[in-house]
Amino acid sequence: MFKKDISAGAKSKVKSSAQRAIRTKVVETYPLLAPHIDEIIPKKSQLDLLKLPDRVSLYALDNEPLFWQHMDDPIIPHLRVVHAFPTCFSRIGIDRGAIRFVLSGATLMAPGLTSKGGRLPESDAELQEGEVVVIEAEGKEEACLVGQLKMGTKEIKEKNKGAVIDSGHYLGDGLWKLTID
Amino acid sequence: MAENSSAETPSTEPQARKVTYCGVCTLPPEYCEFGGTAKKCKEWLENEYPDMHERLYSEVIISHILILHRTAAVAATLSTLSIDAQKRAQKDSAKKEAKAAQQEKRAAEDKAAAKVLIKRVERNKRKYVTAVSGLEAHGLDLKKVAKEWGKKFATGSSVTKTASGSEEVVVQGDNSDEIYDWVADVGNVPEDNIELIEDKKKKGG
Repeated sequence: MFKKDISAGAKSKVKSSAQRAIRTKVVETYPLLAPHIDEIIPKKSQLDLLKLPDRVSLYALDNEPLFWQHMDDPIIPHLRVVHAFPTCFSRIGIDRGAIRFVLSGATLMAPGLTSKGGRLPESDAELQEGEVVVIEAEGKEEACLVGQLKMGTKEIKEKNKGAVIDSGHYLGDGLWKLTID
Repeated sequence: MAENSSAETPSTEPQARKVTYCGVCTLPPEYCEFGGTAKKCKEWLENEYPDMHERLYSEVIISHILILHRTAAVAATLSTLSIDAQKRAQKDSAKKEAKAAQQEKRAAEDKAAAKVLIKRVERNKRKYVTAVSGLEAHGLDLKKVAKEWGKKFATGSSVTKTASGSEEVVVQGDNSDEIYDWVADVGNVPEDNIELIEDKKKKGG
């Protein structure tokens, strides 16, 4: 999604009522984040809304990007937020061989997850299509990609083929490099 | 009291993790090897966070050895395959690094060669506009510069497209000397790379 370097458009302040709505939406999408939400978006803070190309809106607090959203898709955290609260999101893992492709912006394909180095949830905690997942890499501590699943994890295991995430936010992409001033 | 202020009071909720990011490629240091500037990143990390450097880079070597051993023990065919893949990955990253280095070199050369042209264009008798081109090669944002100059000189200032397709900043009035100083001081362009030109517009406009 952010393969090219991007520059932020107009910056505007978010209405406090809209900010409350964002807060509840974030907690709704990421229930595990609920205890930390005051740390990420304090109650008495002023969020900024930045317009990015391709109808992406970015929510930032004190020039720190926090969440982004493409139209009415779910709100997706910036990777720095993911790094700060890694346990609060659904996580799956990819093998070592897939890292370099992910970091150059390729679509994440199923074999990277199903192979030996990859990690998918057990059958009692399958993730559904459309859920936001954080992708971690084999042998690395930090996450390298966050995006929306295009295929449920059960389907991934069965098919072992096809695209899993095609428009995510990965380390070193335009959004990662974006500086707000 | 003093103790409390010096030592952070442990809060009931877990705090955010502080992650160190590489100062060269901005990625978490463990991903530096994929950034294309691995060598520089390594040096940077060694200077800034020696302990982390030790942990990361020795670990990498160990894991490589481990992979080799394990696969060799399991099956010969598999080991050659994984070694092949690893070699390929290594080659790939080396190539990427070389490419990045070359790109950087070229960018530096471009920057050294790029000239900033400050043109004083006669608009009418005794009325001038100043057109400045070539700023973008020195890493200046045209739009921001235009705004800045507009404020500084209290005149109209805008980014316009030239006939050749490039963009330049056009400032109302003859501000060529001030702009020269500004470009040299604030824009950090070496004075050798700035050129003042006087340009007469065609008559009969």
